[in-house]
Amino acid sequence: MSTQTIAGSPERSFALSMRARERILGIASPIVLLVFWEVAARLNFIDTRFFPAPSSVIAVMIDMLRSGELITNTLVSLRRLALGTLIGGVPALILGIAMGLNRWVRAVFDPLVAATYPIPKSAILPLALLIFGLGEGSKIFMVAIGVFFPVVINATTGVLEINRIYLDVGRNYKANRWNTFWTIALPGALPVIMTGFKLGIGIGLILIAIAEMIGAKSGLGYMIWTAWETFSVEQMYVGLFMIAIIGFVLSVLLNELERLIIPWKKD
Amino acid sequence: MSPSVTNLRTLGAPLTGTDDRQSAANGRPAIRINELQKTFGRLVAIDQVSVDIEPGEFFMIVGPSGCGKTTLLRILAGLETATSGSIEIDTPAGSEQPENAMVFQGESIFPWMTVWNNAAYGLRMRNAPAALIKERVGHYLDRTGLTRFADYYPHQLSGGMKQRVSIARAFANDPEILLMDEPFSALDAQNKLLLQEELLRIWDEQKKTVVFITHSVDEAVYLGDRIMVMTAQPGRVKSFVRVPLPRPRNIIELQKAPEFGALVHRIWSGLREEVQRAREQEDAEAGHDSKDKE
Repeated sequence: MSTQTIAGSPERSFALSMRARERILGIASPIVLLVFWEVAARLNFIDTRFFPAPSSVIAVMIDMLRSGELITNTLVSLRRLALGTLIGGVPALILGIAMGLNRWVRAVFDPLVAATYPIPKSAILPLALLIFGLGEGSKIFMVAIGVFFPVVINATTGVLEINRIYLDVGRNYKANRWNTFWTIALPGALPVIMTGFKLGIGIGLILIAIAEMIGAKSGLGYMIWTAWETFSVEQMYVGLFMIAIIGFVLSVLLNELERLIIPWKKD
Repeated sequence: MSPSVTNLRTLGAPLTGTDDRQSAANGRPAIRINELQKTFGRLVAIDQVSVDIEPGEFFMIVGPSGCGKTTLLRILAGLETATSGSIEIDTPAGSEQPENAMVFQGESIFPWMTVWNNAAYGLRMRNAPAALIKERVGHYLDRTGLTRFADYYPHQLSGGMKQRVSIARAFANDPEILLMDEPFSALDAQNKLLLQEELLRIWDEQKKTVVFITHSVDEAVYLGDRIMVMTAQPGRVKSFVRVPLPRPRNIIELQKAPEFGALVHRIWSGLREEVQRAREQEDAEAGHDSKDKE
């Protein structure tokens, strides 16, 4: 190690180098894994029938990009994810905040949420197919139900955890119900609600892949399923990679969104 | 609430005459508290509190911790209801002004609003015109030295600055009466002194009726026109002490004045046995289960 000193605040340069190191490690670790994988596949240390070399997966990915197949399926899945998040998230947000603010609403809905929450969402898929058919409805419903629970639970907790003094201030300054919701309950619970949305969208991504494997004709889940049927392992990996990428990009975007709508949150 | 001549929150209680009724010469009191009682289950928090507070009076309430002074203020603020007795707050007919605004103990400004939006909160809640909000909030942020920090969020401010925002919010709302619940108790000595002086300066502009709770005898004498000393639980009126010190007051100068020392001494000698009693009650309670805190 060299021992040169840099002019300026030593703590600052240390903090920067720490952050830079973290970032480098964050990028390097998946790349190192891919390199090992590639080498292991080429040297036949691993069975390429199950673990094809990343280079061959990428080659298939490029083909599928060219044919438009990958983009179409990705967009279809993303559309379902977005609609499901909206349809599940908005009612969950309103119900959750109402449950947090009003003990009677809470008394009515809390047992219902507590009883239905532990049901594995994937187990509802046959019922969703029965009710909504093979079309878009059942897919969007699955995402919606996945997003609904974390959001409703976090919104309730978020409101309940708001310091009582803020609600007293609202009463003292004669905030009506509407204003109590918009100026105290919603912003006060927003950080916890955001966490609920992050969790919910993650669950939604899992559920959309499952839902598309059964009774769908498009989407990344469908793509992975047909890859199994045609024993095209590379195509399967393309689907898995795509889902991983979507998950990663969404989490980055949600963190940015959080910074934008919760500017008062301390780092 | 319709604008009526008096807002009556009567709960019916017998009248007994152990209070300090002011000379009714200058008309109606700003606040009339009559035989107020508040119980929480078997616990009597406040008992037989009666007092008339004059318009424009800076009224201090001093008492040992747990004597129900915060409860009394919360009843005045309408955040709590009395068990019996009544409170009348005089509001001029047709007045647009809100009845009261409270400066809370501890951090009560919203972390999700900027300083400006916090200070404007009361006015916005009653749909005041934008021009009025701009003028009022601007004025009181200036008065509290916060103009530069209008766009800051509370987490970027010190404790003293946050309490200044809280004071600006209450004054900007232009209430009939101001209620203050130990607003400076969490601050260090230097900041406390600055804010006390600032509060007196702002109050001097309009001389609103203030009900101010403190456990500090010094603070009571610095700020108040009259001090109500309360007993340990159950909180009753122990005595009233007038503070005949001239205004405007300079707190530093006040500390040298012999009248100041004499007043502090007088209040302390009365309060001392109450504080001791409160401590004994606490010690006794510590033996039992810990009770619900206020």
